[in-house]
Amino acid sequence: MNNLKSRQAKEKRFQLYGIFSILIALSLLIILFVSIVSQGYTAFKETRIQLPINFNEEILDPNNTKDWNIVKKANFNKLVKNAVDEIIPGVEGRGNKRKLYKLISSSAEYKLRDLVEENIEIIGTKEKIWVLADDDVDMLIKGHIKRDLPESERRIDNQELQWIAILESKKIIKKFFNKTLFTKGDSAESEQSGILGALIGSLFALTITLVLSFPIGIATAVYLEEFAPKNNKFIDFVEVNINNLAAIPSIIFGLLGLAIFLNFFGMPRSAPLVGGLVLSLMTLPTIIISSRAALKSVPPSIKEGALGLGASNVQAVFQHVVPVALPGMFTGTIIGMAQALGESAPLLIIGMVAFIVDIPQTMTDPATALPIQIYLWADTPERGFVERTSAAIMVLLVFLVFMNSLAVYLRKKYEKDIN
Amino acid sequence: MFFIIALLGVSGYFAGLRKSLIIREKNTLHSTPIYHGVLLAVNSSLASILTLVVWLIIEKNIFYELKFFREYLYFLTFIVFSFTATLTYNKIKHEFKARDNLEKIIKLFLLSCSSLAILVTIGIFLSVIFESQKFFNTIPIIDFLFGTHWSPQMPIREDQVGSSGAFGAVPLFTGTFLIAFIAMCIAGPIGLMSAIYLSEYATKNVRNFIKPLTEILAGIPTVVYGFFAVIVVAPFIRNTGEQLGISIASESALAAGLVMGIMIIPFVSSISDDVINAVPRNLKDGSLGIGATKSETIIKVIIPAALPGIIGGLLLAVSRAIGETMIVVMAAGMSANLTANPFEAVTTVTVQIVILLVGDQEFDSPKTLAAFALGLVLFFITLILNYIALHIVRKYREQYE
Repeated sequence: MNNLKSRQAKEKRFQLYGIFSILIALSLLIILFVSIVSQGYTAFKETRIQLPINFNEEILDPNNTKDWNIVKKANFNKLVKNAVDEIIPGVEGRGNKRKLYKLISSSAEYKLRDLVEENIEIIGTKEKIWVLADDDVDMLIKGHIKRDLPESERRIDNQELQWIAILESKKIIKKFFNKTLFTKGDSAESEQSGILGALIGSLFALTITLVLSFPIGIATAVYLEEFAPKNNKFIDFVEVNINNLAAIPSIIFGLLGLAIFLNFFGMPRSAPLVGGLVLSLMTLPTIIISSRAALKSVPPSIKEGALGLGASNVQAVFQHVVPVALPGMFTGTIIGMAQALGESAPLLIIGMVAFIVDIPQTMTDPATALPIQIYLWADTPERGFVERTSAAIMVLLVFLVFMNSLAVYLRKKYEKDIN
Repeated sequence: MFFIIALLGVSGYFAGLRKSLIIREKNTLHSTPIYHGVLLAVNSSLASILTLVVWLIIEKNIFYELKFFREYLYFLTFIVFSFTATLTYNKIKHEFKARDNLEKIIKLFLLSCSSLAILVTIGIFLSVIFESQKFFNTIPIIDFLFGTHWSPQMPIREDQVGSSGAFGAVPLFTGTFLIAFIAMCIAGPIGLMSAIYLSEYATKNVRNFIKPLTEILAGIPTVVYGFFAVIVVAPFIRNTGEQLGISIASESALAAGLVMGIMIIPFVSSISDDVINAVPRNLKDGSLGIGATKSETIIKVIIPAALPGIIGGLLLAVSRAIGETMIVVMAAGMSANLTANPFEAVTTVTVQIVILLVGDQEFDSPKTLAAFALGLVLFFITLILNYIALHIVRKYREQYE
């Protein structure tokens, strides 16, 4: 037999194991958050360079037509190049010039084009305009490319560093709030890419999911909990199926979507409509299970009171039981929607993974979803995309935290109301 | 079209309402006038929608020529609508049980919603089975299940001669189980120990504070874990390996398994928590009463008593790990590799499904069909694991009730 001392030591050790494993779990959580935030917080700023643009009549509108249909064919890039030459004069040689112009993002000319389209009278004037810097410059300014590295290991060479130093000394290179991230779709250039397209795609898909799975889920829960005959083989089978669906890997739902919705019904690939359909099948079990729990927790006296006053069973359920259980059902639905928002595997299978620049306008336009955008960007090795991936993750997490806290709040309120 | 039916339905509602209101002035009614109106509207619109749907299904699948008679469809729907509407309208009398009729329809609607779950399961089953059937026509099932070489042709090389591909799925299964095993090695002990600590040692305040925190881990999307694996865990493991003089692939099974383990921790701990709390108090009190320490009680009484439940929970966690996709797609390898070495890159069933199906390809090539065959295997493995696990857990609960 062990003596008391060693038994107590064992007891202490066992407790320590417990504390240790909790600490591991929590520290992993913290490492996860810290690493994502530290990688991504800089993405909420973008670097812009101020250019003295001369909206030269000779380049834009030599015949002085003031007609946008003619002006839009002009060489706007020339305006950008001229302005860059003006700030950093005396650069010779084609190669060097090209390197110089590459400091500015290729989106600059589109920005000028938009400005002229907005106000055609701008032609002939001179204005100072902030345009996006190239992603490498952006990374340098944010400190992700270290200036003291040897030249061969830097994506920005010494000459470019010198030019950037000139810009800095003139105070015409600055960090602004990153509007691009929230107003643009995907792009091959990291500085021009944003999450708006993915957000809209997710929004469309989730709308479909909500519209389908909420009513069907609640109808199923109400039927199984209130009307279904007891000890019926068919009802048991339904219940087994629901529990099974809750445990099937999400990628299998993607296969279902591919085989049934895309191939059998011929629905469009990559569309949020199909994504929403698949996600709603996936979230149904979650909503059903939690709605049943909510219905179960309604005190039977409420229903009995209604029945006692002469209401029919259907009236008692829909006018008295369901309204009381509704907040609980909302909780389950929100949690289900949060799951659907974070889900990506089935969407990969039905083709919502594609490089899509345009922001989707309808439910059948090709689109991606936020988690898929994260996956796509995470696959890209450029440093600028690493930063944007983390930023997109932060946006996703903010949505999830919001939805889950709403669910917790509703649940707390509901529990108080019932008791 | 549906808009027109809705409009007709609304007018039907008012017609029924009016008639029953007139009856009510002279006689008593069984149901309130609203029920009569709604019944009339629902009955006739359902009938016309049914006509529409049946027509469209026939047109699409049986008689394609029906398409040229589309204009009659509207006419037909209208006739069906007015027919059922008149029928119901004539039925409205003082003793007509409109409410009972309507309630029957409501219950039928609820029942059909509930049956959707069965439909979905059947749909999954059929779609996976059908495509797999086609696949097994070209590649024998034995070769698929027991072959050790996996190299489906890649899309870039599709026009190349002689690249028919090999579809032996054994390396995928071993890869999947290797990663799941690593994940369970992390999640099992940590999840179990934290559940034990939280339910047996921690004070109520600590428990209320820590438990939601660990549950955050369960709410993080898997794509985030995948990114975490690629950007933090994999480089860390590789660098550590370099310092120890071990060469570790940057897509090692270890990295993917580790991160998957983190994901499953809350899953294991919440199931273990339930199971441990279900152990009857008198068992614990008896053990403490004869002088055992708390840890001895836990190890020698509570855990053995809760063992079936814990095993069931772990099995559920394993099925989660096997079906998990995003972490492995991002962090595990792409090419099949038959090895048990956690430092090497392995691939999994889910990764291959994604690789085979992402991108443009015709639907009937063995490549895409192979994905469905893999899906079939995955479906059955998770189904069996879940069934066993739920069975064990249920038996365990009954034992102590």
